[in-house]
Amino acid sequence: MPGVGRTLVTGVIGSDTHIVGNRILSMALEEAGYKVVALGALTPPAEFIAAAVETSADAILVSSLYGQGELDCRGFRELCIEAGLDDILIYVGGNLVVGKQPWEEVEKRFLAMGFDRAFPPGTRTDDVVAMLAEDFASREKVG
Amino acid sequence: MSSRAALLIDFGSTYTKLRAVDLDDARLIGTGQGPSTVLTDVRIGMHAALSDLEANLGKLPRFRYRLATSSAAGGLRMVTIGLVRELTVEAARQAALGAGAKLVGTFVNKLTRGDVGAIETLAPDIVLLAGGTDGGNTEVVLHNAKMLAQSTLDAPIVYAGNRVAADDAREILTGQSVTFTSNVMPEIGILATDSAREAIRNIFIARIVHAKGIDLAQETFDDVMMPTPAAVMEGARLLADGDGRVAGLGELLVVDPGGATTDVHSIASGDSKTGAIQKGLPEPRIKRTVEGDLGMRHSAASVVEAAGIEPIAGQAQMTPSDVTAMLERIAKNIEMIPHTPSERAFDRALLGTAIEIAVRRHAGTIETVYTTLGPATVQHGKDLSGIEIVVATGGAPIHLGDRDALLDAMRAAPSDPHSLRPRAPRLYVDRDYILFGIGLLAGVEPQAALALARNSVTPAERVEEVAK
Repeated sequence: MPGVGRTLVTGVIGSDTHIVGNRILSMALEEAGYKVVALGALTPPAEFIAAAVETSADAILVSSLYGQGELDCRGFRELCIEAGLDDILIYVGGNLVVGKQPWEEVEKRFLAMGFDRAFPPGTRTDDVVAMLAEDFASREKVG
Repeated sequence: MSSRAALLIDFGSTYTKLRAVDLDDARLIGTGQGPSTVLTDVRIGMHAALSDLEANLGKLPRFRYRLATSSAAGGLRMVTIGLVRELTVEAARQAALGAGAKLVGTFVNKLTRGDVGAIETLAPDIVLLAGGTDGGNTEVVLHNAKMLAQSTLDAPIVYAGNRVAADDAREILTGQSVTFTSNVMPEIGILATDSAREAIRNIFIARIVHAKGIDLAQETFDDVMMPTPAAVMEGARLLADGDGRVAGLGELLVVDPGGATTDVHSIASGDSKTGAIQKGLPEPRIKRTVEGDLGMRHSAASVVEAAGIEPIAGQAQMTPSDVTAMLERIAKNIEMIPHTPSERAFDRALLGTAIEIAVRRHAGTIETVYTTLGPATVQHGKDLSGIEIVVATGGAPIHLGDRDALLDAMRAAPSDPHSLRPRAPRLYVDRDYILFGIGLLAGVEPQAALALARNSVTPAERVEEVAK
């Protein structure tokens, strides 16, 4: 089990009530052995960070489905740094923007905001679990 | 007279209060009062109170129980420490408040040398150290343990932080008196304050009673059981929930305005009655809040400051300069008892205002957020809108009692639709000022305590009939 001994914080950011995909993701992460702190829908950015501080989380996984993700996620990395979580792994995924925009551009924008990875709609939970394992492994090598 | 009597004692900050009750009749049989003399010799005030009681009763009965609470010498003064303000800091505060403590300092994240100096100056009776969920952050709670270990502080410490860090904390804090309890927040979103509260109460009984010099009077009582606010909370719980055999009154709110602070206790689930999405920490069913800036005497000026001088003047039918003059008189004579109609009118305005603000701060709120699926309602704190009974205790509501004004102060106002205060409550009054004593008796004679509660805490209409 790749996740044993690691803690993840999940939630749906901003004024977004779409909880189903986030819940499925949280279940898959638990199955992979992670301890998941699931904050649910309508979670302000500060709440993700507060939970990550108390639990010494290894990563934060932010979902956004309602098209306002870009606004909600602005400054997320800065908030983490402010709270002393300089190196925490942060992922974002979902319907991150409104309208038809090429995924590559959207991804680039979120990576520029300091997210370690961004995932488009329709991402399989297995892929997220595999990416996490890869990212944690490469960090261990460096550390 | 029945042979089964109990003496209930409150070593308060201003008075030593006695209540003698007949346990078989479940009724108050006499009261006695003396000054509070804890700072010099507690026995002087206690003997004065006993003489007063004896004069009222003719002869003191043999008491089966002589139980005491204490809020004297500053009450149970506590400092709490946690990691994140909204999480373990808040959980630690809830634990201390629930144990009946007076919070004199709350510290967030890593203590600095300046913080430790401040704690040394505060000289609290107990320090509650929390931080990190179980298996979560260990760094901050261990840093804080080290800072406390290096301080000159000799107060007992209750460690209620990350369980995984407890062994290391134990090593760091050798030499200090430390009690280890369950984490006040074992996981995000779970509040577990019972174990810490129990530890605080045990330290209070074992050490604080002696440290405050109350045990000098130990031949006059059997036990000091708990801080006064904890006893009021216990009395409120019994009145609401019953004793298992006899039902209580159901969910209720207790308002206890004092000279320096106003306490509010709710015994109620607080879950949304309208299906709102609840955010923030889960709320304890039995919750106490303390408003340090709202009180009838020491904090009279800050009540006026919170509400504005004009509204207070309007309610009391005085001019603003009369209000200022009255505040100056109170500051000079902190034990002033209202006699003239204008003094009583001023105190009624203070009382109503303090209660209104305290209940508003205790109750939760709702807000509307607009989502792509339409508006959604989000709730913070407890929904108390459905509470049908509000109880007023303390000297001011009992003596100044104006039922309609008290009810107005406690219930939801149409002008403030986001506040989840009781919508249509009935007012009960603790007319014998005995809720603390009911809490004391709840531990030894729950049936008699509940019957006493039902006889002493009565609907306001009935109090007025009795008064006539």
